[in-house]
Amino acid sequence: MNSFKGFIIKEFRQIYRDKRTLIILFGMPVIMMLLFGFAIRNEVENAKIMVMDNSHDPITRQIISKIDASRYFSVEGNIRRFEQIEELFQQGEIDEVLIFESDFARKLQRGEQPAIKVITDASNPNLAQLIQQYSSAIILDYQQSLAGPSAFQQKGIAVNVNMLFNPQLRSANLFVPGLIAVILMLVSALMTSISITREKEMGNMEVLLVSPLKPVQIIIGKVLPYLVLAFINVLTILALAQWVFDVPFRGSYGLFLAESLLFIFTALALGVLISTKANDQQTAMMVALAGLLLPTVLLSGFIFPISSMPQILQWISNLIPARWFLVIVRSIMLKDAGLFFLWKETLILAVMTAGFIALSVKSFKVRLE
Amino acid sequence: MSEPMIAAGNLTRKFGDFTAVDHISFEVKKGEIFGFLGANGAGKTTAMRMLTGLLIPTGGEATVAGFDVYSQAEQLKRHIGYMSQRFSLYEDLTVRENIRLYGGIYGLTDEELQSKSNQLLSMLVMEDFQHQRISSLPLGWKQKLAFSVALIHEPQIVFLDEPTGGVDPITRRQFWEQIYKVAEEGTTVFVTTHYMDEAEYCDRVSIMVDGRIDALGPPEGLKERFKAESIEEVFIELARGAERE
Repeated sequence: MNSFKGFIIKEFRQIYRDKRTLIILFGMPVIMMLLFGFAIRNEVENAKIMVMDNSHDPITRQIISKIDASRYFSVEGNIRRFEQIEELFQQGEIDEVLIFESDFARKLQRGEQPAIKVITDASNPNLAQLIQQYSSAIILDYQQSLAGPSAFQQKGIAVNVNMLFNPQLRSANLFVPGLIAVILMLVSALMTSISITREKEMGNMEVLLVSPLKPVQIIIGKVLPYLVLAFINVLTILALAQWVFDVPFRGSYGLFLAESLLFIFTALALGVLISTKANDQQTAMMVALAGLLLPTVLLSGFIFPISSMPQILQWISNLIPARWFLVIVRSIMLKDAGLFFLWKETLILAVMTAGFIALSVKSFKVRLE
Repeated sequence: MSEPMIAAGNLTRKFGDFTAVDHISFEVKKGEIFGFLGANGAGKTTAMRMLTGLLIPTGGEATVAGFDVYSQAEQLKRHIGYMSQRFSLYEDLTVRENIRLYGGIYGLTDEELQSKSNQLLSMLVMEDFQHQRISSLPLGWKQKLAFSVALIHEPQIVFLDEPTGGVDPITRRQFWEQIYKVAEEGTTVFVTTHYMDEAEYCDRVSIMVDGRIDALGPPEGLKERFKAESIEEVFIELARGAERE
């Protein structure tokens, strides 16, 4: 037992002494949180708008000032000719142009439907769609306030939208669970596989295998420190999410931590699996980055919704552990879902983990070659 | 006459159709320095892995320090020392930490670790450097330390896998003095090397060609038998007949 203890102490020492490892372990989570939290947002703030008002009546002025007053937009000025629009977009300083047709107020009073043309710069499609939706919403809102209670008498379909669980559509609520998955993959799978292949590369693995340490002990000794560190990272991200980004946490902490632990095991098993196949640190790193981290970012539903992927990618996404973990974490954090609703995802993760462990045990060369 | 430290009889290892080690038989006595020579790919490493309990033979038998390589690999591992070409010290740990780590792995108690570390450090005259990291030490020192660490649990036999690779002649010479010293104290030394002058220092050498032991005996005897000036000539003579690279 003494031998095993010494081996683990050595691992912690090595992590503690390696500046690069430390930065990845503790710097990365915080940096990624701050980056995603402050820089990368799907929300619109202060989109720049130009107005071409052909009517200049009280109604159009009211609409314009209402838009300008919202924190999503700022009205930058007026233009008079259509030709200016293209030039404006080419300069890239304007995100949207609103065109009011002439005699706007009068047409409205006559019961006609005066048109507002919304032109956006769709070279950034996401942004264009968002600001277009936002401005439509503001205009619609204004229209309803004009119509007052008589709106009920209007014909046609009224859509009542109700956004549940994340009513402000805050992207922080969405990225935090994804980020936990990415960081756990990074810390558990990438770092473990690198640290085990380093032992191989430096020739230490040979000596360890010749020693009385059992292969199982070697692997556990290598993995345990990363398990602890990954868990600390989960707590760090959770703390940042709650206190810096005000992400709500509605579910059970116990369940969340247990599921995180399960996912850490999945990632560790993957890390060990990679290290049994790869002979040097570089290979391990490339495989972990391309084979684990990239799919975790792109195919898990972290950034791109799975339902809008082509069918083939949807099938592939089923193989990605983070996809299931994400469903679990989002449900716990935002919807207070219990194990009763999440047993399926949990089971899938557990089976995957067991599979990865079995595979890596099988391919770990107890007796070299 | 005591039991041989290593006794191998028709030891064989195949990988698929390829026979890496082909029915080798030899014995190594207690306190002997046994040189294990062979060109790259001749099967040295495979043989050594079987003798250190890392690889199960496909045929034949072998005991090391009295333990059977098939059934007693775990006990065998406790009674042998091993040092590879790459020294296997942890560069980012200090001298003392490395000693304690390997001592701990071999099951030494805390008190034993304490006294053994001090004893080792004073023997190597490295007390002043005990808190320095391995990465800051010159190669020769690392080698000496790695050798001492391989002996920390006082094994009956120590396996040295090309221990002098990349080291200058003077350091090599000093290293061999260390080897003589432990052999005199009764530790059996099993050493592979590519340096033929080192082969001359061994009590007996074996030369492997294509998985077989083609020559085995004291250096003087081999030279006489092959009518050669040096072991190097014997080696080249034998290796020339090899069919595989």
